[in-house]
Amino acid sequence: MTASMRAGRMLANVAALPARLIEPAMSRVQKTIGIKRMPWIFLIPNLTAVLLFALLPVFINIFYSVTGSDRLYPVDRPFIGMANYETLLDCRNYLQPSTCSRDLFWRALGNSLVFVPTQVVLMIGISLLTAICLNREIRGRGFFRGVFFFPVMLSPVVVALTWQWILQRNGALNGLLESVGLGGINWLVHADTAFAWAVAVTIWAHMGFYTIILLAGLQAIPRDVYEAAKMDSASHWRVFRRITLPLLLPVLLVVFVLCVIRSVQTFDELYVLTGGGPGSATMLMVQYIYEVGFAAQPRNFGLAAAASLLLGLVLLLFTALQLKFSRSARDG
Amino acid sequence: MADLDDIRIARNRPSPGLLGTIFGKRGGRKADWTDYVTYGYLLLGLVIMFAPVLWLVISSFKTPANLQDFPPTLLPVTTETVSVEGFDEPLPLYDVRTEDGETIRLAQIRRVGLNAQMIDPADPAAGRLVIKVANAEPVRKVRFTIDNYVNLLTTAGADIWRYVYNSLFITVVATVITLVMNSMAAFALSKYRFRGSTAALTAILATLMIPATVVLVPVYLIVAELGLVGSLWGVILPTVATPTGVFLLRQYMLTIPDELLEAARMDHASEWRIFWRIILPLSSPALAVVAIFSILSRWNDFLLPLIVLNNRESFTLQLALASFQTEFEIRYDLLLAMTTLTALPLAFAFIFLQRYITSGIASTGIK
Repeated sequence: MTASMRAGRMLANVAALPARLIEPAMSRVQKTIGIKRMPWIFLIPNLTAVLLFALLPVFINIFYSVTGSDRLYPVDRPFIGMANYETLLDCRNYLQPSTCSRDLFWRALGNSLVFVPTQVVLMIGISLLTAICLNREIRGRGFFRGVFFFPVMLSPVVVALTWQWILQRNGALNGLLESVGLGGINWLVHADTAFAWAVAVTIWAHMGFYTIILLAGLQAIPRDVYEAAKMDSASHWRVFRRITLPLLLPVLLVVFVLCVIRSVQTFDELYVLTGGGPGSATMLMVQYIYEVGFAAQPRNFGLAAAASLLLGLVLLLFTALQLKFSRSARDG
Repeated sequence: MADLDDIRIARNRPSPGLLGTIFGKRGGRKADWTDYVTYGYLLLGLVIMFAPVLWLVISSFKTPANLQDFPPTLLPVTTETVSVEGFDEPLPLYDVRTEDGETIRLAQIRRVGLNAQMIDPADPAAGRLVIKVANAEPVRKVRFTIDNYVNLLTTAGADIWRYVYNSLFITVVATVITLVMNSMAAFALSKYRFRGSTAALTAILATLMIPATVVLVPVYLIVAELGLVGSLWGVILPTVATPTGVFLLRQYMLTIPDELLEAARMDHASEWRIFWRIILPLSSPALAVVAIFSILSRWNDFLLPLIVLNNRESFTLQLALASFQTEFEIRYDLLLAMTTLTALPLAFAFIFLQRYITSGIASTGIK
């Protein structure tokens, strides 16, 4: 707490200069509008930003998705009904992307449908295992906690370039394999290995965040529950199954939802690491939206908006499910 | 009495042994197999988490020739050179195996096919020798070279400071605005009872459910309407009103007693003065957590800058780095130096703030 206090005080000192100019102005405002309306003065900047950049865009997005043409300004865009959704969802055989009018959308969707569950399950499994290890009474716990959190600080671009440097054909991994007598593989050029590394690299980059949250959850479990279990000489596995897991469930659910939402939105790391390739093997939904709406010429804002609304719908569904689950977990 | 019992029990414990002393639990309790498994796992984690970044940083100190080596060398090495009389350029040194099985050190003048012309640097007058390349090994020495950094700063020097400036500007300005804006809203929502406060709180928290990528297209439209495409403000403004920040600060401010405000009002302090002089300083722990989150995400932002900042002058470090990769496909020397430079500020911040960041996230992340 003390470090943060000091940091906060320093910030306050830096900010004190313009504050001296604001204070007289603000007290004049208070005199004219009265104390009752002052909370709105405090709220308006934030509300404006929220309305402008979060709530309004949702409605604009809906409008975009039912209009066509490559023009950005809403007045220039003719209404085309559900055509964008029809284009996206039009397939002769839904299991074969090549028979769809928007085959990249289906590839991206298919990739996301494999990527998200795989990543979430592995991420939570590894984070939980790490958190349990860090929760034990061992030497250097603080140090190890920092070790696993470290990559969270790195920017996605740095993460991607670091791993690209290691995974390239003449990279460190192949060098290591060579030295133990195994042949190297061009990891990012083969579809399967590129996808596997896409999962691995994103787990590497983000697991620290979930580990820390799970660790906090573990530390909130009262010690005496474990003491009681020790009295009954319960096995490690039994203690984990019967005590740790049930008591950690609320935190696990939160982590699950955060993880799914982040996973569905994965873009930066893979955009730099593989560029969605080879072919479209690692292209996920967000990259599809980016490609259609911003990278491709002509920009198809309507299609991108329709795709992002479908994505939002899936996320909403997940959040609703989580609420239902956590409520039923709470009610027992 | 209890203390004495504890001491007696402690004495009766079996000695933990050497491995137990190193890997033992806190308080010297004997380590069992689960402890060894734990340490094994954590040490493996240490390698997997740190090795890639360490490898990148070490590689950034290699010469371009050294970077091409396969299998890669662990440390940066350079071929030793020597200046020999009569030659303008320093010549590379080689260890040559002679037919008698001896090894002599020669300097290479030039290579012709499978043979090389060499000269004895100690005795240049002895004339040129023709040596089979297969018998010669370059003399290599570990040397960290900063040439990559120097080259980076000379070839793209002015641009890089531009990118650093842009990244810093966005991070600092966005964080300051975020802190002020969010704490103002949190103050209003925690310390006043007024009609519409629930609606305002709901509106702000509802945005938690809207992922940034879902509203990518309309946010771009609004930024364009405001005339901010290509401007740093176009990246700053959409990100400043973070719902988590408002929520976190509001929860913290709820714990500040209202009597403080009443007392200040008695002294005729204006509402702004109460907010700025009393509430803000008292909320500094929560402000610090929000600041760290803001700094991290603004410095690392990629997607929004990618679509909004369309001209090179307004690129952030992250954008420049990503574009670097496609521009200089083979210039790994510059790319590695640039990557290291980009990761460095946060790595340093992390070393100093590690304990605080992790516990700060732990205490606020689950809410």
